[in-house]
Amino acid sequence: MKLMTCPLNGPRNITEFQCHGEVHRQPEPSGASDHEWAEYVWMSNNTAGVVREWWCHTPTNFWFLAERNTVTDEILATFPVPADGPSGEAS
Amino acid sequence: MVFALLKYGFSRRYPERDEIPRTPDLQSHYDVVIIGGGGHGASLAYHLAKHHGITNVAILEKGYLGGGNTARNTTVIRSNYTDQRSIRFYAKALRLYESLANELDYNMMYSRRGQLTLSHSDGVSRSLRLRADAGVFCGEANEIVDRQQIRSLVPSLNLDIKGMPILCGLWHPSAAIARHDAVVWGYAIRACERGVELHQRTEVLGMELSGNRVTRLRTNRGDVSAGTVVQCVAGYSSVVAKMAGLKLPIRSYPLQAMVTHPVKPFLDPMVSSTALHCYVSQSARGELVIGGGSDPYELYNTRSTLELKESLAASALEMFPFIGELKILRQWAGITDMTPDYSPIMGQGPLSNYWLDAGWGTWGFKATPASGFFLAKAISENRIPDEIRPFQLSRFHSFDLVNEMGATAASH
Ligand SMILES: Cc1cc2nc3c(=O)[nH]c(=O)nc-3n(C[C@H](O)[C@H](O)[C@H](O)COP(=O)(O)OP(=O)(O)OC[C@H]3O[C@@H](n4cnc5c(N)ncnc54)[C@H](O)[C@@H]3O)c2cc1C
Repeated sequence: MKLMTCPLNGPRNITEFQCHGEVHRQPEPSGASDHEWAEYVWMSNNTAGVVREWWCHTPTNFWFLAERNTVTDEILATFPVPADGPSGEAS
Repeated sequence: MVFALLKYGFSRRYPERDEIPRTPDLQSHYDVVIIGGGGHGASLAYHLAKHHGITNVAILEKGYLGGGNTARNTTVIRSNYTDQRSIRFYAKALRLYESLANELDYNMMYSRRGQLTLSHSDGVSRSLRLRADAGVFCGEANEIVDRQQIRSLVPSLNLDIKGMPILCGLWHPSAAIARHDAVVWGYAIRACERGVELHQRTEVLGMELSGNRVTRLRTNRGDVSAGTVVQCVAGYSSVVAKMAGLKLPIRSYPLQAMVTHPVKPFLDPMVSSTALHCYVSQSARGELVIGGGSDPYELYNTRSTLELKESLAASALEMFPFIGELKILRQWAGITDMTPDYSPIMGQGPLSNYWLDAGWGTWGFKATPASGFFLAKAISENRIPDEIRPFQLSRFHSFDLVNEMGATAASH
């Protein structure tokens, strides 16, 4: 069993969590071109290496950020969403 | 004969197989460079050489021939999709498979079994009806079968699964399985006979671009330039595309499967249930092939997990309760390149000499003959054939997707 440390609930079985994908910036919907919008909706970096992602602990519906290595399957860090400041969007 | 066999069996030094040529020296230029020596790369090379006279071709494979998803798949070959554009494409693949052993003069143990997809709810029954009718409309054999008919097709199947009894099924009689390794070996051997070079243990590490062309590829065995470059790298599609400066609508997830030890033949058709996330077939050797569980998060790692093995075993047991005593013989994973609409990406990206054969996810083995057939035509004529036009990368910018999620959710 693989464990993930929830910033709110501590170490839990990874099956209690859902991954919601890499943190990335939403373009301004009213200003974005169709091309930009399609890129935002569909394209993905799909990085082989360290990524920063949204995760949710489903029993408590607590959303947080995680840094993970997609090659070694290691969870490097988990932390709550910073109250202000960037959450580290990848382009 | 008997003596020769005994001598072979007891000999310490087995004669080397020389059908697959040794990796030659890398030349500085090829008309076409294919990145990835899986079934798709080998099929493309074969079709370029056989039908279009393009033989100055190199396949660059970072590991060994067919060691990627081609070696890891559960070999379900079928055409019972939902969208007419897909049905016609996969039907072509099925036809090519049916005559492939003849075409290549190579035995790939093609075995027509039929596939039974089960419904345990009214919603799924409706979607199976849609697939049956869409298939029949395109001339493919498909029909809805009731419990009685299911019982006669698969007498050993448990119809009264607790909480989710089987209501009906989609019967696709032309579905088949084949020996996966033999498919890629057959294509590679016949391509190399026509002059194609297969370079194993040759990894593409980077690319040089000039204007909207890829001019040079950097590999661990030196640089190479190419008139045309095609990537056929499945799970590594995004990694390789990035070298050409491209971003794709692909996410890579491991897909896991397993086989039991061999038992007497009892299961002729393949049986699949989307609700149970599981499908079962019996190989020619008698092993039960049980697939396919996708990992819940993106990963470039082929480790297996107990969770998925447990859930696959639990589902298989619901369908065939008497297999509880069987032992798992092998288990593995492959990295699948998943697209949002569960359809592939074929064609030219934004670069003028760079072609994509990607997004084959959990469904690309069955397409192996057709992707090579159509892409070779496209590359030699520099024009996209109508059959693969719907699958270009540009569909994501025009929001004209080819949704096959329903027909692919059981991952094959
Ligand atoms: C468990 C499992 C079950 C499946 N079941 C089915 C099924 O029942 N039916 C079906 O139709 N499909 C199935 N699939 C999907 C199918 O296996 C694939 O879509 C198909 O095999 C892809 O073939 P390919 O030749 O494109 O890729 P691969 O066979 O993966 O070949 C790609 C090659 O590219 C090489 N490569 C990668 N990067 C580089 C680089 N930088 N330089 C050089 N070479 C590189 C890799 O080493 C690899 O050999 C399944 C997949 C899995 C994992």
